[in-house]
Amino acid sequence: MTAPAPSGSAPPTSAPPAIELVGIDKRFGAVHANKDINLVIPKGTIHGIVGENGAGKSTLMSILYGFYSADKGEIRVDGKPVAIRSSQDAIAAGIGMVHQHFMLVDVFTVLENVILGAEGGRLVAKAEARARAELHRLETEYDLAVDPDAVVETLSVGLQQRVEILKALYRGAEILILDEPTGVLTPSEADHLFRILRQLRDQGKTIILITHKLREIMAVTDHVSVMRRGEMVAHLTTAETSMEKIAEAMVGRHVLLEVDKGPANPGAVLLDVSGVSVRDKRGVTLVDNVSFQVRAGEIVGIAGVAGNGQSELIEAITGIRAPTSGTVTVNGQPVPADPAKVRDLGLAHVPEDRHHMGLVLPFEARENAILGYQDDPRYGSGLMQDAGAILKTCETQMAAYDVRPPTPRLRTSLFSGGNQQKIVVAREIERDPKVLVVGQPTRGVDIGAIEFIHKRLIDLRDQGKAVLLISVELDEIRSLSDRVLVMFAGKVVGEVAPSTGEGEIGLLMAGVAKDRQGKGAGA
Amino acid sequence: MNGQLPRWVDYGLIPLINVTIAFFVAGLVVIAIGENPLDVVRIMLRGALGYGEGVGFTLYYATDFIFAGLAVAVAFHAGLFNIGGEGQATIAGLGVALVCLALNGQPWWLVAPLAIVAAMVFSAAWAYVPGALQAYRGSHIVINTIMFNFIATSAMVYLLTHVLKPMGQMAPETRTFDVATRLPFMKDYITPLGYDLGQSPLNLSILIAAAACVLVYLLIWRTRLGYALRTVGTNPTAALYAGIDPKRITVIAMIISGALVGLIAINEVMGTHHRLFLGFTGGAGFVGIAVALMGRSHPIGIALAALLFGMLYQGGAELAFEKPTITRDMIVAIQGLVILFAGALEHMFRPALERMFITARAATA
Repeated sequence: MTAPAPSGSAPPTSAPPAIELVGIDKRFGAVHANKDINLVIPKGTIHGIVGENGAGKSTLMSILYGFYSADKGEIRVDGKPVAIRSSQDAIAAGIGMVHQHFMLVDVFTVLENVILGAEGGRLVAKAEARARAELHRLETEYDLAVDPDAVVETLSVGLQQRVEILKALYRGAEILILDEPTGVLTPSEADHLFRILRQLRDQGKTIILITHKLREIMAVTDHVSVMRRGEMVAHLTTAETSMEKIAEAMVGRHVLLEVDKGPANPGAVLLDVSGVSVRDKRGVTLVDNVSFQVRAGEIVGIAGVAGNGQSELIEAITGIRAPTSGTVTVNGQPVPADPAKVRDLGLAHVPEDRHHMGLVLPFEARENAILGYQDDPRYGSGLMQDAGAILKTCETQMAAYDVRPPTPRLRTSLFSGGNQQKIVVAREIERDPKVLVVGQPTRGVDIGAIEFIHKRLIDLRDQGKAVLLISVELDEIRSLSDRVLVMFAGKVVGEVAPSTGEGEIGLLMAGVAKDRQGKGAGA
Repeated sequence: MNGQLPRWVDYGLIPLINVTIAFFVAGLVVIAIGENPLDVVRIMLRGALGYGEGVGFTLYYATDFIFAGLAVAVAFHAGLFNIGGEGQATIAGLGVALVCLALNGQPWWLVAPLAIVAAMVFSAAWAYVPGALQAYRGSHIVINTIMFNFIATSAMVYLLTHVLKPMGQMAPETRTFDVATRLPFMKDYITPLGYDLGQSPLNLSILIAAAACVLVYLLIWRTRLGYALRTVGTNPTAALYAGIDPKRITVIAMIISGALVGLIAINEVMGTHHRLFLGFTGGAGFVGIAVALMGRSHPIGIALAALLFGMLYQGGAELAFEKPTITRDMIVAIQGLVILFAGALEHMFRPALERMFITARAATA
């Protein structure tokens, strides 16, 4: 299903384009975020915008949605120039946005969320009645069924996203911008989203899809524009291009999409997780009797949709949280609930969320280079820290991992996402651990750095270390791992070979097909 | 976001602008009551810096504000808002008075080390309780430190009226310490050298304050504890990940914070008034919050901000004396304006300045 049906696309000749950007230019200080951007999006098409982190996609969309105003250039909607100075202007011009992080009030019902900010009067009862009728119409027209009286926090992520789309449509959006919409969805939820998007397009809506997943671009878009370093470098018709070509345009050189690795050579068990369960304060089981082993010289991947207990499992393994029951051993030694002691056993941990856990962003890079190892005698003894040794460590790590700029005294928040992640990975790998637990190693990291980090993980495996990889990127899990475990609702619901089809793993991730013993029919 | 501005703007220009605006608004108030603001500024500056005694008073006030500011800053680096400085210093006063009364008549150099230890231990203990309640019971530090201020005052009223007051005396205060036991005034050393400090109560405590600035700087940016403290203060999740126990750090930070603010009692009880009485802290514990905010929790900034507030206190007192239309309350209003602009509205001018500097830099780049 690579080639989208061109039937729904409006003839580009007659009608004016839904959106036309002419010479959009935006600077943030020395950073030239958008350089003379020209973009034409015909009515009734799905248009993909791809680019690495920091290429300027978000800035461009923020300009279109009124969060920033451009220094130069013009925005035309349906052929008419419009001034968009706020999101209200954007909504008035018929532009709606579905953010990557949902903008919903969790404890409100779907209906309340939909009318929020568009109540149109002091009393909500009238607005609710109006919205209810309108929701019903949208539901039938676009196959967007959601119970209007359900409280948002009880809905699945896929349904919450649908509420966001409904919100935009309720406000009369003709043009819908979706920012990385599939990051939190299972493959089947993503498929459903794409069906909705196609339906919206066929009804004449225009859709802009921002993503870094090339597979999705190929699956759902009609046209794709590629950004690199603030410039539009290519406008392609999806049916006439390939993933490799798009990737090349994004990075500016040929990239290896597949990871190059030899067969694994598993040795002794270095990480043994046995019957681990984690319950939270309310008694809800987050991790349910999970057991597995990771051997020296292999990478074990844990696939799963975010929020199915992976984070809590990592916390239990790395000593951040004591498991309610079960044991974890590293190299035969039981793991205590103290991350400092776990590190001493030879376990290193690249956390899932570098901003909240892996780094202290306001710190200088050199201070983050010792986070977790701050009590190591190499970095000071007694009361004082050894500033010289810390600086040297940071310089060495920065050189080995090509961190740019190589400035140990620069504030960490000022590095790009990829370089921040390199600081974390360098810190954890350079300690020569026996076991590496790594969560979402390439989230928000540009393609060049992804290649680099993947290679380091493979190197580590080939040196005979045990690597446990947790990622919501199925592609990443499949290309790096030697064995794949799938988690759903806190349980490991299956172990598959990395060569297993995406469809089959996707079903496991969604909790369907629990016993897929023998035949892998679903793919 | 942050960090786009050069340091001198961040730590120098912005506070300066804030203070200037505060004085400008205060000037408008002065005009409104029919006085000449330039006159007022002249009187305040002369009062605070124009002669030896004024300088002595300014530095004496600044000493308290340095201790209080450092205390707030240390807690703040660990992500805690200690507004119980007032109560902690009050309890420290009890410790100092007990030591001085017990060793009454002994030479000051023998008593001082013990009194300092007593001040720090008493106030640290008073800060420990809210710290531990926050760390292990999750009850909010701000609420608890405020309540502990009231408890400290009430306890002091009881002790002074029932226990520590000498028989036959009306005022609720202890007896005065022996001359030998008092911390020496700086005027005893400086005035003979030719600079007349007059009758100012400036005493050796200011040297302790200077040392405290250096020690706090080292603690925050050079020690392993300081690293742990800042990690907990800026990102508690990362601290957990790094194997730093945020609860332990919370308690330690409160103990250090309390110990610092307790030194106010050395300045006031042992150095200035030579007896313990109600309200000897004079609100310095609260001014410390403004000082720490304005000094951006850095010892140098705190020293400068403390100096400014010292000038305001001393200059204000002279002003109230010379201009009957400008009452003591007026001075409080001006101080309030400085706190408003330097503390609460700290970030008011930041975005505009950031834009200015970024465009300037882009133009030169």
